Amino acid sequence: MSRTIYDRVRANPKFHQLCETRGRFAWILTAVILVIYYGFIAIIAFAPDMLGAPLGEGSVTTVGIPVGLGVILSAIVLTGIYVYRANGEFDELTRQIVEESK
Amino acid sequence: MSHVSRTLGTAGAALAPALLLPTLAFAAGSVDGAVEKQAVNVTAIAMFVAFVVATLGITYWAARRTKSAKDFYAAGGGITGMQNGLAIAGDYMSAASFLGIAGLVFTSGFDGLIYSIGFLVGWPVIMFLVAERLRNLGKYTFADVASFRLGQGPIRSMSASGTLVVVILYLIAQMVGAGKLIQLLFGLDYSVAVILVGVLMVAYVTFGGMLATTWVQIIKAVLLLSGATFMAVMVLVHFGFSMESLFKTATEVHSKGIALMEPGGLVKDPVDAISLGLALMFGTAGLPHILMRFFTVADAKAARKSVFYATGLIGYFYILTFIIGFGAIVLVLNQPEYMGADGKILGGSNMAAIHLAQAVGGNVFLGFISAVAFATILAVVSGLTLSGASAVSHDLYASVFRKGRAAETDEIRVSKITTLCLGVIAIILGIAFESQNIAFMVGLAFAIAASANFPVLFLSMFWKGLSTRGAFAGGFAGLACATVMVILGPTIWKDVLGHPDAIFPYKNPALFSMPLAFLVAWVVSKMDTSDEARAESVAFDDQYVRSQTGLGAEQASSH
Repeated sequence: MSRTIYDRVRANPKFHQLCETRGRFAWILTAVILVIYYGFIAIIAFAPDMLGAPLGEGSVTTVGIPVGLGVILSAIVLTGIYVYRANGEFDELTRQIVEESK
Repeated sequence: MSHVSRTLGTAGAALAPALLLPTLAFAAGSVDGAVEKQAVNVTAIAMFVAFVVATLGITYWAARRTKSAKDFYAAGGGITGMQNGLAIAGDYMSAASFLGIAGLVFTSGFDGLIYSIGFLVGWPVIMFLVAERLRNLGKYTFADVASFRLGQGPIRSMSASGTLVVVILYLIAQMVGAGKLIQLLFGLDYSVAVILVGVLMVAYVTFGGMLATTWVQIIKAVLLLSGATFMAVMVLVHFGFSMESLFKTATEVHSKGIALMEPGGLVKDPVDAISLGLALMFGTAGLPHILMRFFTVADAKAARKSVFYATGLIGYFYILTFIIGFGAIVLVLNQPEYMGADGKILGGSNMAAIHLAQAVGGNVFLGFISAVAFATILAVVSGLTLSGASAVSHDLYASVFRKGRAAETDEIRVSKITTLCLGVIAIILGIAFESQNIAFMVGLAFAIAASANFPVLFLSMFWKGLSTRGAFAGGFAGLACATVMVILGPTIWKDVLGHPDAIFPYKNPALFSMPLAFLVAWVVSKMDTSDEARAESVAFDDQYVRSQTGLGAEQASSH
């Protein structure tokens, strides 16, 4: 890979747009999963009764069950959201940048 | 029926404490204490032999397609996103995470869910921060990425040390776990079981390289997911697919009663809990045998897909183990054929899933699940061994010792010799550690991965200012700090060495050792005013373009 192609990529405003948008998107999603997980751990450590409360009148299932399953699903959904946008929108932008830099 | 479960059970009593220790959270596969040899389980052995024959067939097929170094280390880059997702999930679903987490749910209910969640949340982080950059920059090992613009010698030596320490700790835990589990499930001698695992893993890796290793892992992942799905569905059928009635019956028969549905005493100390969370979250992103799988796919697009599939499959698997644990409370607990004279479940709580297999599917299914548990260990140790062999041949031999001038054939030969050596070491250590307390080992491996491998990898990709000296100092600071804190902490100082009180109060060092690694790397890099450091900082710009766009990245070879 020649030196110049990297220079041409860097000179392309779309490249900075890609890095900025994708970078921000990735960090926001990282923050979301950190907040969800450590929020969950914090509730367990400091307010476990919140999760131990019954889900409805007379039910054995507690609030903790849907919350716990929700944390698992959120991890799957968040990665899904990232893949959807990265493999579509961001990869298309990358393709254009590479094309224009040849 | 009861005969088999009874023989499984009595010896399993010794297996229980190890899997119940908090370090269970590390999916250790560690089984401590003495285990009696069991009667030979013919169904299980027949199914296991079928698995071995099939995987050796695949190894033969893979060997004929494995010619170049790229084939050997990265399966030619021709693994698809879905296949790689299954293989990654397979690396993560060890025998202990299946038996251990189901057992934890069986004894503690909701707390089991808390642990499994900790394992899962590292995956989104890998996806958002690591996966695509890793694929765009690396070739065969994560050291390729860490040393991309830094000094090859020091950084590769350090990354290879981090890799080998993690791999050997993990291998010992798996070998000892394998020996005991096989003794328990199949009635083979401990040493026979360990040697069998060692010989098979060396065969897969040396002959079939990454292609065979990946397919062994994929097959095992499919078998384990199918078996676990069957068990969970059978449990749900029993309750007309009503979770509420499953939970209700469980709370009625379990001694913990309604407390089964609430967070219990598992997360006692918030500092330890957060530290464990950090080790799980970021350690996953520093495990060499996981990271190497990102080089087996064609491009960043496939790398992302594989993380998505892996996250989905692992999440699904943990939901299954949760149902299986509760199913065991209802269908195994208090059933006379599974209970010992002492009123406890035969073989201890980690046998809950095995007993449940028998309860819902009879002896044939029990044999199937036992064979899958064995296959699981085999698949995991193969991946570990290949990862360790790559660190020696690709990083130490080809890049450091021969300074990048080694012929590809020599490099592959070194890799195969290393695999053989690792196999011998794993067998010797597996036998040597038979009656040692090894519960700390995988915990330590995760802590080191989070404190040495991850910070260096992360900073090399994200921070322009990182210099060779900074990375070297930071990585070793994290490695040393995590090791010392675990030695002085409750798991070794108190439980292994028998001192009354631990010098370092927490079981999990990551909360301290990981920031230390970042801090040392930052300070040393800042103080580094050498010409090399300036050149490395300039080189970041091109690395950045490549990491973002994949321009100049290793391409997949056409298979």
